[in-house]
Amino acid sequence: MNIPYTSTARLDTGLYNAKLGIWLFLASEVMLFGALFSTYVLLRVNAPTWPHGYELLNVPLATLNTIVLISSSVTMVMSWASLMMKKFGKFKLYMGLTILLAFVFLVVKYFEYTAKFEHHLFPSTNTFLAIYFTITALHGLHILGGIVVNTYLWGPGSKMWQNDPQRFTNRVEVAGLYWHFVDLVWIFLFPVLYLL
Amino acid sequence: METAHAEDITKSVRKYIVVFVALMGLTIVTVAISYLHLNVGAAILFALAVATVKASLVASYFMHLISERKIVYWTLALTVVFFLLLMLLPISADQDSTRLG
Repeated sequence: MNIPYTSTARLDTGLYNAKLGIWLFLASEVMLFGALFSTYVLLRVNAPTWPHGYELLNVPLATLNTIVLISSSVTMVMSWASLMMKKFGKFKLYMGLTILLAFVFLVVKYFEYTAKFEHHLFPSTNTFLAIYFTITALHGLHILGGIVVNTYLWGPGSKMWQNDPQRFTNRVEVAGLYWHFVDLVWIFLFPVLYLL
Repeated sequence: METAHAEDITKSVRKYIVVFVALMGLTIVTVAISYLHLNVGAAILFALAVATVKASLVASYFMHLISERKIVYWTLALTVVFFLLLMLLPISADQDSTRLG
């Protein structure tokens, strides 16, 4: 059985099915992270004292990670643009860079976490650290999920380019939409947790 | 973006690079503002304003929302309504706790 509308758009939605699917998924993701942001506001407003993020967290490392994630968003969109221009070699390069930058983000995060643990700062230490670890760990899991999908598309999944290039290009676009969303969440997490 | 041609993509690539430079610049602005140690209200206002501009750039250009189909806009409009309700929940919870003493 062939799955319909994987390459071409449906007449009623004007989109191929996976694209509508990913936008509905991202809408649910907005609510997931939104619930945690809402929790952060509730906890902060009702707390008798609340530390400034920069007193407990490493701002230079988080700034580096912001630059890394924004760069990975650019390489991701460039990998899709390369396929649109029928340049498969460049797709491999840009997608490879996206995966590499995602790993750099996680490595930096690992150093941040271990530094906190060495200073005996745990989720149980205070409410600020509890919400910090919860939100950043969930975001880190999203990065990990993106790495899995992008590595598949870079490696074995890229065989689809040979027999169904439009469907493969669409897959990369959908993976890109997810990846940019993960970047978008970090754009808000960075100032909220580290700078305020 | 589904009907985009190679020439359009070349133009888009130039836009991606401009957006990338803008995002880097705004990241520096975000960090620089935090070093001014403004009062909490002003700091939150500035930080969220810059983050919103950055997020808009990512959504508009990298996620192609600037030229997307209506069904995506409607989906996101509904999401925004529910997101705002979610953000207002702490206020109602706060009023409840005040009322209960």
